[in-house]
Amino acid sequence: MSMSRDDVRKALIDSILAVAPEADFSQVRPTRPLREQLDIDSFDFLTILQELHKKIGVNVPESDYGKMITLDGSVDYLVQRAAAG
Amino acid sequence: MPSLGADMEDGTFVEWHVQPGEKIARGQVICVVETQKGAVDVEIWQAGTLARLIASQGQKIPVGQVMALVATDGEDWQTVAGAYGQSVGAPGSQAPPGAAPRPESSAAEQPAGPAASAAAQGAAPAAAGRVRISPAARRRAEELGVDLAALKPAGPHGVISIADIELIAQSAKSRPADTTVGPPDRQAAMREAIAAAMSRSKREIPHYYLATAINVERAAAWLEQRNAAVPIGERALFAAVELKAVALALRETPELNGFYERGAFRPGTGIHLGVAISLRGGGLVAPALHDVDKLNLAELMRQLTDLLRRARGGQLRSSEMADPTITVTNLGDLGVETVFGVIYPPQVALVGIGRSSVKPWVSDGAIVPARVLHVTLSADHRVSDGMRGARFLAELDRLFQQPEALA
Repeated sequence: MSMSRDDVRKALIDSILAVAPEADFSQVRPTRPLREQLDIDSFDFLTILQELHKKIGVNVPESDYGKMITLDGSVDYLVQRAAAG
Repeated sequence: MPSLGADMEDGTFVEWHVQPGEKIARGQVICVVETQKGAVDVEIWQAGTLARLIASQGQKIPVGQVMALVATDGEDWQTVAGAYGQSVGAPGSQAPPGAAPRPESSAAEQPAGPAASAAAQGAAPAAAGRVRISPAARRRAEELGVDLAALKPAGPHGVISIADIELIAQSAKSRPADTTVGPPDRQAAMREAIAAAMSRSKREIPHYYLATAINVERAAAWLEQRNAAVPIGERALFAAVELKAVALALRETPELNGFYERGAFRPGTGIHLGVAISLRGGGLVAPALHDVDKLNLAELMRQLTDLLRRARGGQLRSSEMADPTITVTNLGDLGVETVFGVIYPPQVALVGIGRSSVKPWVSDGAIVPARVLHVTLSADHRVSDGMRGARFLAELDRLFQQPEALA
């Protein structure tokens, strides 16, 4: 299954909105740390990853959390993981 | 109306989940009440048959007031329901809602109905001069800031009781609130509830504070290994490991786990950790996870997940609001290094957990990088001393060095 970058980005944003419905992505700076901007704690973050896993089938291991810091960086990483299957 | 925390004076009734004639079990959720901390599912601790529903939607009900009648085993529910209607107004009967506007915060512990009620308001000081008051009631009056000079006893022997003092303090407190709170504003109401509880804490509880740095490298690495081996849905947070460690350490220092009420310490009957949860948009709640020392990590994580979801969705249960025997505040991995908490009365201690960060650590004469967690204890000096508090933190450190014991 191939997913476009836009599909991945939409899945990520939808997963974030599931825990932070008030998040305003027009205000999010895509190259700055995302969690600080949206007040996402470690529990919210895990919930987002579980949502993502359901949506696009990518299981993000804890050792890759460092690649999920910014919105753009997260999309890059997820696109790569989704392509690798 | 149950008391769902030291700061609760009343609740607004939302809806019933049961009908007259229905069998009810101990622990069953029978109704929903709106409090300053959100909607709460109210459980009942009396099994039987529901006889009569008294509270109705939108009604503001003081703590301690009757909301429903329950027939116990052997009683006929229809008889119980009928008898209530006939006995209204009769001496000694339970008053119907609305007829007893005075909150009775601790009705269960006070068999004699306090009667001084409005005596404090506008009443001239008793001509008889000296107020007759028990030493315990005098102490309580000082605690609550009730002016003894303005008191007029109404008890059978003209002696002011603790119950009288508490009633007066309650009514004095609720009056300005009634006039200032306009449309229900959850944020403002919650801030007011936090302010009341924390002000009482700082006024009454002689806090002492301890802090220590714990090397959690081994525990963190152990958790990473565990999490790598399970599906993403079973991944546990380090916060769950921290809660388990706190609960186990409390077994060694029971004087940090319980309540200080009426001048004495009452140990908790279990280790029920109040988990401080910040809510999106502001405010916080600290509902209980029950018997955390007896839960394995997977079960603890499952219950923590459920609690966090319901707290943020505004659907907590009454037992969760009322039961915490100690509070744990964890500002998480985005927070600060160290947090010193304010004890939530009538609890006697609070554990503050900061963000873990990689620090240079001296181990066997070498400097190595290690994840270090700053843990603090705020505790009530009326119940424990620094030596005991230090013992708790030392035990916590020991547990983090043997993470297998936290599984």
